[in-house]
Amino acid sequence: MKASLLTRRRAPGRLDWTDIVSYAYLALGVVMMFGPVLWLALSSFKTPAALIEFPPSFLPAAQRVVTVEGYAQPLELYRVRQPDGSVKEMAQIRRVGLQAQMVDPAAPAAAPVRVPIEAREPLREIAFAWSNYTEPLKAFSFGRFFANSLFVTVVATLITLLINSMAAYALSIYEFRGKTAALTMVIGTLMIPITIILAPVYLVVSAIGLNNSLWAVILPGAATPTGVFLLRQYMLTLPRDLIEAARMDHASEWRIYARIVMPLAAPALAVLAIFSIMWRWNEFLWPLAVLTRSEVYTLQIGLNAFQGELQTQWHYLLAMTVMTLLPVALVFVFLQRFITTGIANTGMK
Amino acid sequence: MSSTQAPTQAAPKPAREGLGGRVVAAALGLFDAPMAWLQRALGLGAMPYAFLAPNVLFFGVFVFLPIAINLVYAVTGGVNIYPSQRPFVGADHFRALGDCASFLDPATCREDHFWRGVRNTLVFTFFQMIAMVGSALVTALVLNRRIVARGFFRAVFFFPVLLSPVVVALIWKWILQRDGLLNAALVAAGGEKILFLVEPTWAMAWAIFVSVWAHMGFYTLILLAGLQAIPADIYEAAEMDGTPPTRVFWRLTLPLLWPNLVVVLVLVLIRGVQTFDEVFVLTGGGPGTATLMVVQYIYETAFANPVQNFGLAGAASILLGALLFALTMLQLALARGKSKEARA
Amino acid sequence: MASLTLREVTKAYGATQILKGIDLEVADGEFVVFVGPSGCGKSTLLRAIAGLERVTSGRIAIDGRDVTQERASERGLAMVFQSYALYPHMSVYRNIAFALENLRMPREEIDARVRRAAKMLRLEPYLDRKPGALSGGQRQRVAIGRAVVRDPKIFLFDEPLSNLDAELRVATRKELAALHAEIGGTIIYVTHDQVEAMTLADRIVVLQAGKVEQIGAPLDLYNRPANRFVAGFIGSPKMNFLAAGSAPLAALAAPAGARTFGVRPEHAMIARDGEAADARLSVDIVERLGGESYAYGALQDGAPFCVRAGDALAARRGDSIGVRFDRARLHWFGEDDLALGA
Repeated sequence: MKASLLTRRRAPGRLDWTDIVSYAYLALGVVMMFGPVLWLALSSFKTPAALIEFPPSFLPAAQRVVTVEGYAQPLELYRVRQPDGSVKEMAQIRRVGLQAQMVDPAAPAAAPVRVPIEAREPLREIAFAWSNYTEPLKAFSFGRFFANSLFVTVVATLITLLINSMAAYALSIYEFRGKTAALTMVIGTLMIPITIILAPVYLVVSAIGLNNSLWAVILPGAATPTGVFLLRQYMLTLPRDLIEAARMDHASEWRIYARIVMPLAAPALAVLAIFSIMWRWNEFLWPLAVLTRSEVYTLQIGLNAFQGELQTQWHYLLAMTVMTLLPVALVFVFLQRFITTGIANTGMK
Repeated sequence: MSSTQAPTQAAPKPAREGLGGRVVAAALGLFDAPMAWLQRALGLGAMPYAFLAPNVLFFGVFVFLPIAINLVYAVTGGVNIYPSQRPFVGADHFRALGDCASFLDPATCREDHFWRGVRNTLVFTFFQMIAMVGSALVTALVLNRRIVARGFFRAVFFFPVLLSPVVVALIWKWILQRDGLLNAALVAAGGEKILFLVEPTWAMAWAIFVSVWAHMGFYTLILLAGLQAIPADIYEAAEMDGTPPTRVFWRLTLPLLWPNLVVVLVLVLIRGVQTFDEVFVLTGGGPGTATLMVVQYIYETAFANPVQNFGLAGAASILLGALLFALTMLQLALARGKSKEARA
Repeated sequence: MASLTLREVTKAYGATQILKGIDLEVADGEFVVFVGPSGCGKSTLLRAIAGLERVTSGRIAIDGRDVTQERASERGLAMVFQSYALYPHMSVYRNIAFALENLRMPREEIDARVRRAAKMLRLEPYLDRKPGALSGGQRQRVAIGRAVVRDPKIFLFDEPLSNLDAELRVATRKELAALHAEIGGTIIYVTHDQVEAMTLADRIVVLQAGKVEQIGAPLDLYNRPANRFVAGFIGSPKMNFLAAGSAPLAALAAPAGARTFGVRPEHAMIARDGEAADARLSVDIVERLGGESYAYGALQDGAPFCVRAGDALAARRGDSIGVRFDRARLHWFGEDDLALGA
């Protein structure tokens, strides 16, 4: 039954059941993939009160409030079923047990009436709790984390591009003693994730005196075998004639690298740049190990710390999560095709 | 020795020399003079080494030196981080890790957390691999059909790949919490709330699900690229022969996709063994130790526990490293066997 | 402008000998063409002169100065590559200026030189274009411009016309000849096309299997090939070769030690009626090119033969025609394939 779903082509021009199954699958995919993120985004605009409601409302909503003459605080509006069966909008002054004291906002002078709480129903309106976003910026060091992440991502990516392209250039353009050894070394490091050398890298970083500095996050991963490989593969496709022509043109080796090879390798550099930005922006385990002072936290570490501390303050946590994923989402919207083809061609991420 | 080459202009696509290009050129230009001096001083023969030097330095300091230190850690004891000040203990750490009354029951082990980590990681990796490869394959097959807006749908499945593990975990934690969206749906459907992240089996299941959700798009891309590399005329020939669709799948699509499938399988395996971040943020390894992974054990042993036991962590990393090495060798062997077969 | 001297130049890749001892003198201002079949080592020899390949042994001197150990950039030569090797990301102007920038020449000087070269090569309208937006002929001229602007001691050309179509090749060939006449530099030019070699060269170096077969002015090579290889390689259609002493040669007196006889198609004639023929050709194919015709076939002993005739050759397939050899234009080769007498 599933079989014809698995073949590549259908008869042209006809919409048969396999197409319907396919589109149903894709629609489910859209819901499964986008749904959770959409839910996060919607939730991040809810007030703390709306967040703990069960069942949750779909859109961010808040209770309507009204300022009533004679009352200092704005009062919450309710729709109240009167004893005679009619329905009236009233403001709640306070709630006492199962009774609520309410006042008619149209006639503030009238004496408050007691209403059983099951006879009233909150009046709600769509409201975005922007304070979820603005307050953490002031109250917590969210801005600092953001800046730290930005610094790490930009500087690390620049260093990665520079030193990896230099190595790739050496390994693709020249023949020299030890080239095979260098290539083997690169392949070797490909298999060693930082996961398994966590503690000793920590020692090295401390010995250099980079403890609790952003450089401790930037430097260890700057030389990536993945990057060297990707760039070398691309540089190998550049015509040798160009290099030789440049040499005949009196270009120094550095100028050949900087003025001929680098511009021509721009597509591969762009792919590596995007990978590096992704790795660095999202990096978690190593910063978690090496950054212990909150001034140097990156976004990911800050967010993780918050989810421990702010267990009860989901409204801040959700808003900050949205802000963490926003740059990535924007990059994705603009560079989607570029990223996916880059990954499909290299098989790396 | 005359070469017959097409004009070079056909080969590389000329890059637009935009602002970024000019900035890069200017920045690299700063090194013109010093590097030219270096070339004069050392000669052309030394230039490849000069270009290689920064990377080698980084690899040396942050990869090779740490590997050496790790070996020292693994055979020394104490809490000092400096290898020279740690007493030699031989294979004690490995013995401690292997000290189990029964390997089937982590509770009987001295380092029970390590063995729980091992067991959880194996369970996680096994089921995750099935779910990941299965869903990625189905998605790739669907995306490879003639559908409208393929680019959009591909993007939909792919975009979680870019999200950070912390963000992924928090998104799902919010949905899976006691009063979350999923429980609301359950209640609305007449069911009862389930404490997804509190019940061990559910927690593991969701850890697997979330990791599949986050990474499936990546593997889908690889498989889709493989599917698209299969020439269309093969299918047309099969159609002319009246080959039934099932047979086309088993006898044509699957064998032709096999190299990509092997890559995906091994990558999933290698990544699965190293699982840490998403699960750590989602469940913290809990409830109890129900989703504690080996990497989390290493991290906690070295950093998060009150007594930082680098020796034990180092020994565990060496075991993990050996496993990863074996898996990578497997991948290389399979890839080589495959290309040999393709040539034959 | 400079002279070039090669002494016993050899090049080997492992056990494979590419160049087997090349000796050559190139005078200042001379246009020398290396010609030979694919794989004869002519491009390797050019690259060795350029400094792009290190020689295994031997010496290379420019203007009497030994440059064998010098790098490509130090020798002061310019090269036009077969692929042109234009920098695809730079405009025509920047392509031509790049070498001068590397020499840290003042900006005004660079500009003046680039504009002069562009004018000479009719590239002025294209200075801002990228190579990708140029036609094959224009790219070719940019590659030449890049060489000219440097004012090099010697120009090296590596099959520069092979990527052009037939018509453009003829036109560019003439331009190259004109360019040489104008700037008068020393040029070393590699080609496998003997027509290019004949039309452009002051002197031709015929190479085969890493050895120099003959060096000489085009007409010398044509009229007095030193050996059977050069005789066969220069001239189109190829020279006819017959075994000395075979039946069609009965009327000729072979010199002592002759093993092979050679006569070019244009030096054999169709015997008119009644004229005594040296041999009889049974015709297989007649090629009529308009101004002239060629008859291909076999002589009475079965040896393949070609003869040139005027525009009005009436023979058809299967006809048998008499052939006479021009007694002044006969070639004899000995056991070692070297030309005899002459």
